[in-house]
Amino acid sequence: MPKLERLLHGLLAALLCLTLVSAQASEAPVVAANPEIEARMMVLAAELRCLVCQNQTIADSHAGLAEDLRQQIREMLAKGMSERQILDYMTERYGDFVLYRPPFKPSTLLLWVGPGLLLLLALGTLWRVLQRRQRLAPEAFDPDTPDEDAAR
Amino acid sequence: MNRFLLPLGAFLLLALFLALGLRLNPREVPSPLIDKPAPSFQTSSLARPEALIRREDMLGKVWMLNVWASWCAACRDEHALLVDFSRRGVAPIYGLNYKDKREDGLGWLNRFGNPYTDTLFDPDGRIGIDYGVYGVPETFVIDRAGVIRYKHIGPVTPEVLRDKIEPLLRKLANA
Repeated sequence: MPKLERLLHGLLAALLCLTLVSAQASEAPVVAANPEIEARMMVLAAELRCLVCQNQTIADSHAGLAEDLRQQIREMLAKGMSERQILDYMTERYGDFVLYRPPFKPSTLLLWVGPGLLLLLALGTLWRVLQRRQRLAPEAFDPDTPDEDAAR
Repeated sequence: MNRFLLPLGAFLLLALFLALGLRLNPREVPSPLIDKPAPSFQTSSLARPEALIRREDMLGKVWMLNVWASWCAACRDEHALLVDFSRRGVAPIYGLNYKDKREDGLGWLNRFGNPYTDTLFDPDGRIGIDYGVYGVPETFVIDRAGVIRYKHIGPVTPEVLRDKIEPLLRKLANA
């Protein structure tokens, strides 16, 4: 019966929609001694790269070094060091690579500007190719006519 | 001709970048401490807990700092080489026992040999952090004035010893 079918279809659709509200299991939040310091530490840790698992931040990584550095950051925050001071502390020891976002310096200029430049270059080449094609006679696009003849 | 030269040129350029890039090791993080003073430390000796070793004690001599741990498999690769090297008496090697337990560290040295004039005990890795250690083993060369002159990441190989470390040690000793 169409009515029952429609009801069942509607029910199925509703059930499928519920799967969109997916269950997201995340790690149990650390019950830290000082939640405020913990929160500030995680913000800083998200700006630093884990040197062992180099695609992750110190906030995400489970590596031993990452845990040590998180502890170090907690202690520095408790001592009252500013974020700038803590980041400087890390780059003094590990270099710029420890910053998850590469700083904008002369040495990283190509890194930042490179993709944009390449894009401009590619678009420019595309423009020139298209312009050149506009000027060709219609015969150039005829598959039966050899290219040299049509270019004249 | 031009139609072919331009893409060919671009390809050769990319191939050049690839060739250069393949020779680099992305996991190697160059140390910002080269030519900077070695960070200060004061910690107990691994074998003699009551004895303190301080960075100031090292001033005046050229020395190597080798970071190792009993749980580090790669450290075993270089250890025999270091034991040999220490016997030649070119420069004293001090160990930094990183994030280890005293008994484990001492046991390891008993089993595999002890090339170190003395070993610093760094159970929570704080000295390691000060020196920018991110993966054992790592080896530093420090000069008479206490300035870090060279850092090698990973196990020391005979080539590195022969081509980089030993010449540097001799140069610093004669300076």
